[in-house]
Amino acid sequence: MSDQSLSPVQASSTLWIALRSRSLILGLVLTLTFVAAALISFVWVPYDITTLDIANKIKGPSALHWLGTDHYGRDILSMIMQGARTSIAVAVLAVGIGMLIGVPLGLWAAARRGSLLDEVIMRTNDLVFAFPSLLIAVMITSAFGPSATNAIIAIGIFNIPVFARLTRSSALSLWQRDYILAARVAGKGAARISWEHILPNITNMMIVQGTIQFSLGILAEAGLSYVGLGAQPPTASWGRMLADSQTFISFAPHMALFPGLAILLTVLGLNLMGDGLRDLFDPKLRRGRT
Amino acid sequence: MTETDMSLLTIENLSLSIHGTAILHDVSLSVAPGQILGVIGESGSGKSMTAFASMQLLPEGARCTGRISLAGHEVLSLTEAQMCGLRGKAVGMVFQEPMTALNPLKTIGDQVAETILMHEKISRRDAMTRARDALARAELPEDRFPMTRYPHELSGGQRQRVVIAMAIALRPALLIADEPTTALDVTTQAQILKLLTRLVREDGMGLLIISHDLAVVADMADEIAIMQRGRVVERGPAKTLFQTMQHPYSRALLAASTHAPDRTPGINDDALLVVQDVVRSYTLPRKSLFGAPRVIQAVRGVSFQIRRGESLGLVGESGCGKSTLTRAILGLEKVQSGEITLGGQPVFTGHRPNPEVRRRLQVVFQDPYGSFNPRHRVARLVTEPFHLSENPPQGAARAAAIAEALTAVGLSPEDQHKYIHEFSGGQRQRIAIARALITRPDLIILDEAVSALDVQVRAQILDLLADLSERFGLTYLFISHDLSVVRSITDRVLVMKLGEIVEQGQTEQVLDAPQHPYTQQLVAAAPRLPENV
Amino acid sequence: MIRYTLTRLTSLILSLVAASVVIFAAIEVLPGDPASVMLGVNAQEDTLAALRTELGLDQAPVERYLTWVSGMVHGDFGVSYTYRTPVAQMIVDRLQVSLPLALYALALTVLIAFPVGIWAASRRGSFADVSVMGLTQLGVAIPNFWFAMLMVLVFAINLQWFSAGGFTGWGEGPLLAIKSLTLPAIALALPQASILARVMRSALLDTLSEDFIRTARAKGLTRRQALWRHALRNAMIPVLTIIGMQFSFLLAGGIIIENVFYLPGLGRLIFQAISARDLIVVESVVMLLVFAVVMVNFMVELAYAFVDPRLRVRR
Repeated sequence: MSDQSLSPVQASSTLWIALRSRSLILGLVLTLTFVAAALISFVWVPYDITTLDIANKIKGPSALHWLGTDHYGRDILSMIMQGARTSIAVAVLAVGIGMLIGVPLGLWAAARRGSLLDEVIMRTNDLVFAFPSLLIAVMITSAFGPSATNAIIAIGIFNIPVFARLTRSSALSLWQRDYILAARVAGKGAARISWEHILPNITNMMIVQGTIQFSLGILAEAGLSYVGLGAQPPTASWGRMLADSQTFISFAPHMALFPGLAILLTVLGLNLMGDGLRDLFDPKLRRGRT
Repeated sequence: MTETDMSLLTIENLSLSIHGTAILHDVSLSVAPGQILGVIGESGSGKSMTAFASMQLLPEGARCTGRISLAGHEVLSLTEAQMCGLRGKAVGMVFQEPMTALNPLKTIGDQVAETILMHEKISRRDAMTRARDALARAELPEDRFPMTRYPHELSGGQRQRVVIAMAIALRPALLIADEPTTALDVTTQAQILKLLTRLVREDGMGLLIISHDLAVVADMADEIAIMQRGRVVERGPAKTLFQTMQHPYSRALLAASTHAPDRTPGINDDALLVVQDVVRSYTLPRKSLFGAPRVIQAVRGVSFQIRRGESLGLVGESGCGKSTLTRAILGLEKVQSGEITLGGQPVFTGHRPNPEVRRRLQVVFQDPYGSFNPRHRVARLVTEPFHLSENPPQGAARAAAIAEALTAVGLSPEDQHKYIHEFSGGQRQRIAIARALITRPDLIILDEAVSALDVQVRAQILDLLADLSERFGLTYLFISHDLSVVRSITDRVLVMKLGEIVEQGQTEQVLDAPQHPYTQQLVAAAPRLPENV
Repeated sequence: MIRYTLTRLTSLILSLVAASVVIFAAIEVLPGDPASVMLGVNAQEDTLAALRTELGLDQAPVERYLTWVSGMVHGDFGVSYTYRTPVAQMIVDRLQVSLPLALYALALTVLIAFPVGIWAASRRGSFADVSVMGLTQLGVAIPNFWFAMLMVLVFAINLQWFSAGGFTGWGEGPLLAIKSLTLPAIALALPQASILARVMRSALLDTLSEDFIRTARAKGLTRRQALWRHALRNAMIPVLTIIGMQFSFLLAGGIIIENVFYLPGLGRLIFQAISARDLIVVESVVMLLVFAVVMVNFMVELAYAFVDPRLRVRR
């Protein structure tokens, strides 16, 4: 009714917008590079990492081994490529668990807002939230022994309340919209409304959050493998490579440098992509949030 | 003496662009001490932007040219620091949305005192004393509204008084009020307008009041300026402007403000909707694990009937229970006692709403922007009510139904392939009406359906509604807070207060000779255009 | 305020009870026979029987749970199977490293994030803002244990400013102890500070676009004054939430970082216990960490009410 409301501090500078779309591209390039590395590793790696080559152990980067070799003489580039597989698989599955369980729970809680069911779902979420994924992994490992599956379950469980909370809070605000009321007037039930009207309108937000949880999953997987709670040898994993490199760090820093960089760049790529996607989906947020 | 010399605020040939987009073109206005200037325009006319330009509270990327003189200062040549010295001291401002205009974390006393502390080197104690005076002048005496209150403990009207107290605490020469009552109920609106007028008269302050509503401004302003698309198209003394206005836009605006659609009611005698002794109460969430739940009675024993072909108005202020009643009629909520029947059949049978009845009952909501799922195309949006039918039309029949509904509301059948964001507010409201029409209902509930529209669009939608009611034999329940709209489109009216109907009767009769004190208060508070236009 | 506190306190206790049930179920009930987990597959039947009696495994799980919980309430966490010492004593020893580390890291996080976040928000869109936010983007992406290794390489091995690991203990004087916790604390804090600075910045920017900021500006406040007097406190709500969550990340992350620096904290204890299959120790340490997380959340919720008057009356 009035002219658009304006705050004195508003309208972000074009500098941000330009940088943001550039960050989306950079993020995509980084992410796709590592996804490609993981995929290529299924058919080809420079060296077989199951063969040990003690004669060539702990060599720095060279024309033969671009990123050098480790303490068993294995090619670090090959191990990083296969490690990308582990990282990405664990993170993707963990995000999948979180979404497949968390989103329906959030939708359900929002549809029955204020009810006992809502209360129970949200309290349970709070409870799960009190267990950092590392602690879940510790518990699972002490009961069943370490493995990549444990890492997936531990990170996945931690993702459930993340998605459930986000879904519930965005669904709650959508439930206030008149078009939901119109759908109720048209006799549609809560399940149908959630499916037809709520879910499509939170998909973008879920994609953004999924990207962020994906990157957190990569970090968590690296941490778990580093302390031996994740993927076990002979499966290559970035966190394990770092753990192995620690003893040699004073005279073979390349062993620590490259796997760490791989983690850093993948996570950075995913985060940039998440930020970029958020801006793309919602221009109102075009101001560089977390 | 020239106009400039005696003015508090003089705007000459002001042009404004934001990031290169032109917003204002050659705007010239002036306000003298003790004078009230009303600026009127529809959305996008640039009226608020003119106000923000005077305060230099503009968004980034804004560029002004021309001249703004404020209490003897050339605003456009002042530095930001100098401007900060003027804001709050020489000029105060009141905003549209009182619910969000105050910092929720600070007491009202602190927030009013802050204005004083910003500009004068006095102790906090003294500032609080003067804040108390300012609040008292804004009719929030300390014995009833302690200064330690937080904004959330006050109603919308009371919060607006706090904002006014902040704006007048230093007795500025000029007050700018941007749609100060748009978010408020009509009786509160009347009180706030009265307060502003009193403050102007007492202090000899100038007032620039911005509104979309001709009637609001006509009542109180000395001078009126009408804006359209960033230009002032008409200016003149309020007393004579309505007679002398020349510009086609101003005339169209005035015509639309007083517009009443031609209606030839075809009322039958049989009651279509019967509401009998309906009671609906809510249990509020418990305040603690151990406390007793609180119960709010939203609708207390309401009874009325709507005859077939009739247009019935329902007026009342926010919180009177009209939304609850609407939801009960729509079968969205069960009532605790009483019965609602449409054509003799109950809206609710057992624990489930009755689909048979609901098909004959549709609704149009207030907000043209929130009423549609942005991810569906128009065809899917308008056919949603078919969900109530046991065998909804398929294929060609469905296409024909869509085309017919869209044509009926003045849109093209081709529009069904578009998304909702491709339409303007008025067009969206037409689509909402098409959605309501598609099941060929008997009764349509219009829940503040024209309240969010600009006055010219509102007139067109009212015409459309009158036309449709004749063509399809529709019955309307028209819920509104706006008495002039109710007068123009309804046959009978109900007045609701605190969950009860306090008065009902023929619309003309109730609005011209109200019997109940509350109705009298409402009618008296409603802003009115001068009789002779 | 009292009512709010009581409600929160009730849910705190409920959370703790639920958490203890989950932990007990996951570690003692799910794997079947804890005794054979602890002793491995090749254990002698009589050793197993002895351990079962020692752990009270002949009792029903409900009874065992109640014994475990009532023991913890009295400060009795049981006896470690591998070390043969009371778990409570071990935890107290290790806490002298882990708790100061977490608090040190939290302090660093806040001390870095607040100024950076506020500074970036007040210069929004400037070159400084864009470059600082770019740096935090890196900080968010860096794995903290890798960052710790790099710091060891640079500051301990090459520059020799710090020792590469180990803990001098508080007996040798607090300064030395703090010095040996400094690299680990920085490794923990920098990534978290990056996250918090971004949250701080965006919360501030959100608040700065609120109507009441415009009201404040119309009173004559400068942008800066509006930010400090009105925006900051309103932006604290999301910031407090994140700080609460970060504390649990710092505690858990501490477990990993202690590994890099060979610090004798809870993290080392828990990994030694896992490899020795000492379930009693694992269970107790996990419970302790969850207790810390729940307590911190409780304090954050009390802090909300302190910041926001609306919460003091509602609920």
